[in-house]
Amino acid sequence: MQAKKGIPYKYFGLLLGAIAVGILPLLFDTRYATNLLILAAASGVSALGLTVLLGYTGQISMAQATFYGIGAYAVALGTTRYHTNWWVALAVGIMAAAMFGTFLGMATLKVGGRYLAMITIGTQIIFSLIMLNWIKFSGGPDGISGIKRPPFFFQVTTAHDYSWVALGLLFIVGAFVWWLRNTPLGRSMVAVRENELAAEAMGVNTVRTKVVAFVISAMLGAIGGAIYAAGFAYISPDTFSYDMSIQTLAATLLGGSDAVVGTVLGAGALTFLPELLRDFNSIYLVMYGFIIIVVIVFMPNGLWGFVDLAAKRLVKRPTMAKAETELQVGGQGQMGEELLVVTGLGKHFGGLKALDGVDFVVRRGELHALIGPNGSGKSTSINVISGIYVPTFGGVRFKGKEIGGKRPSKIAQGGMARTFQNLRLFRELTVWENVLIGSQKKGGSAAEVDDRARGAIEFVGMSGKAFERCKNLPYGHQKLVEIARQLAGEPELLLLDEPAAGLNQTEKQEMVHLLKRLHNAGLTMLLVEHDMSMVAQLSNTMTVLNFGKKISEGNPDHVLSDPAVVEAYLGNREVALNA
Amino acid sequence: MNLAIFGQNLLAGVAIGGVYAMVALGIVLIYKATNVVNFAQGEFSMLGAFGLVTLTQAMHINYYVAIPLVLVIMAAFGLLFELGVYFPLRNRTFLPVIIATIGASIMFQNGALAVFGAAPQKVAPMVQGTATGGFTAGGVFFDYHYLVILAVTAVLMGFQYFFFEHTLLGKKMQATSQDKDMARLLGIPVASMIAITFIYSSLLGGLSGMLVAPIFFVTHRMGGTLGMKAFAASIIGGFGDVRGAIIGALSLGIIEALGAAFISPVYKDAYGFLIVILFLLVRPQGIFGEKVAEKA
Repeated sequence: MQAKKGIPYKYFGLLLGAIAVGILPLLFDTRYATNLLILAAASGVSALGLTVLLGYTGQISMAQATFYGIGAYAVALGTTRYHTNWWVALAVGIMAAAMFGTFLGMATLKVGGRYLAMITIGTQIIFSLIMLNWIKFSGGPDGISGIKRPPFFFQVTTAHDYSWVALGLLFIVGAFVWWLRNTPLGRSMVAVRENELAAEAMGVNTVRTKVVAFVISAMLGAIGGAIYAAGFAYISPDTFSYDMSIQTLAATLLGGSDAVVGTVLGAGALTFLPELLRDFNSIYLVMYGFIIIVVIVFMPNGLWGFVDLAAKRLVKRPTMAKAETELQVGGQGQMGEELLVVTGLGKHFGGLKALDGVDFVVRRGELHALIGPNGSGKSTSINVISGIYVPTFGGVRFKGKEIGGKRPSKIAQGGMARTFQNLRLFRELTVWENVLIGSQKKGGSAAEVDDRARGAIEFVGMSGKAFERCKNLPYGHQKLVEIARQLAGEPELLLLDEPAAGLNQTEKQEMVHLLKRLHNAGLTMLLVEHDMSMVAQLSNTMTVLNFGKKISEGNPDHVLSDPAVVEAYLGNREVALNA
Repeated sequence: MNLAIFGQNLLAGVAIGGVYAMVALGIVLIYKATNVVNFAQGEFSMLGAFGLVTLTQAMHINYYVAIPLVLVIMAAFGLLFELGVYFPLRNRTFLPVIIATIGASIMFQNGALAVFGAAPQKVAPMVQGTATGGFTAGGVFFDYHYLVILAVTAVLMGFQYFFFEHTLLGKKMQATSQDKDMARLLGIPVASMIAITFIYSSLLGGLSGMLVAPIFFVTHRMGGTLGMKAFAASIIGGFGDVRGAIIGALSLGIIEALGAAFISPVYKDAYGFLIVILFLLVRPQGIFGEKVAEKA
């Protein structure tokens, strides 16, 4: 996207970073200042781990000091006791952190984000206990001294020379984290942060994404710890405490948790500030706590958020390029073949039978409407078909394969897409990014992913607003984005959960027009809708539900004159009166 | 295994478990009312304990007068906490609120360190004026203070049951926790209900802090430890379930006490978390929890 304009700006940032790496050690050349610089680089790398986890993915870890400690101990034990090469020891440390992170992540992240916060606090406490008490292994409270510096192109001996290495590593990690943000993985992480359910329904395996983010943050924590250990040649367990996890968290939040530069500046500030405010030494952790609250309440995007906002005002919004190939919706296959087959489907919530043995078939190319009074089980059907609910009994076959009870992301990757009745857009992201996340489930090269996104945005007519944040769009436009980001994945079946709810008459007609165009383009759709006039305009086949059971089926004329349907909608007053 | 030693540790475990239960209840009630985990709940206990220390030792107020005074202070503190930490963030997602409560917990902990110092303080037990502070039966020494903890825990549980099931205010609070929009439509002042929840949780915290103060030393770190144990207990019981929190807390207290006595005292604080990780792997919804799917 706007490659010609974007590249110089991006490389400008990298260049500035490289210059800073070269110059900073020259500016900070006293022993004391050099030490602070090394400390800032180590904390910065560790805080960048939290940028990935907290900033991108929206998960919170209180054990960053544990992973920092794992890296530090790996280098310390490796170079002093086992006499391995420094870089080998670092690799072992990163591996250990990754394995431990995988275990913790898999144990906690499938149940939900808040568990990670608790478990990581516990982990941090246990880690401190073990390092303090397992004296044979860790040296106990005395710690380990005589840690070696890494061999580089030249053997680094002085702290001053080493500060270049430390900053260089910070630079590389920073560039990696910055690059990560605009990869499919990075976008999946942000999707999880913004709306986990929508991310899952758009083909993002949210559990795997969260675990990967946690593992990356653990590995970066270990690298930070290794930088620290080699810088100070001595470590002891009290460094890797809960307090340090808090400081890392505060640094990430203060700078701006989803911005690389912000995080690095935050880490730098929180390394140098306590030294400048030595008189307040006893209360600087109180200040950290206070900073965390103030930042969260008043500037959720951190200090860098202000810079970013100002920059966005100054830089003119680019316009989106035209798509090169036409969007393919509907997939290949024989028109009229059975695409979705629902047989005897049931979903009970305790005693409530939301669905109680429903059968229907959606054929390729159809615009099939699912109607019924409130509480008849329409939305439940869509939720079961798209995998958000596990069916209590019965089967759902899509393209000949049983999909009932599979993960929503798995089903979405198989070529199904769905919209949500109460919009679940990634509100903080632009239209472009929303659609891009929808597009990447189909895979292909970056250029193909981009082009599908362009095609989908063009299809719904949102090209002019492609780089606006979704939360700033009017409701009608948000509904269009919701559809565009599903189209970008080029689905074969699109489930629409009340696409016209909340729209005014004009917008409704536009929606009808859009759905007609999709129908003509060959896309199969299952439409849940209340608005009968709209359904009658659009669909050629209807299934009517009431109290979780199918009561009628067929073409609109047949269905709308069916006494069972009339009774379901109007009650049986007339029947009673006639009797 | 010596039966008397076993009994002695069982008693200690149940008593500590009772304290954990009070802290865990505070967490669960706030969670039910706001859908947010209060990471500063343990700090309420710490402040309650320091309140008792300050009033009795620095200001020489009678012990039994000091206890209700501390409770009054804690009630006010709970309200301030709600207004300062939860209220500004009430319309945001759970993550900012969690982070803010973590920030608050760091502030209180280190604020206490700055004000009261790092030296652990000692507090007299609730029952005073006896020679041994307890009685022996069947080789087990029954410390009066432990019995006080058990009694208070039992009374509180009874009160809580009565309050939520048989009073109008309790019903309103239940309605708030179940469906805020519906509660608002029925004319229930939701904001006040949430404020009351925070006040009550702060009271529970303060009370648990004062009860545990004579057993442990009072330090700025005690809240962190108590809070973590209470979280662990809540997860074991099933997060958001009142019965679960109580049973989880009692089990955790017993496991810790027996683990410390018969395995290794050094890792006492670790047992709870190992069990929690086990639970997350095998039964993530806890003992009483039900798996609830998010509504699409």
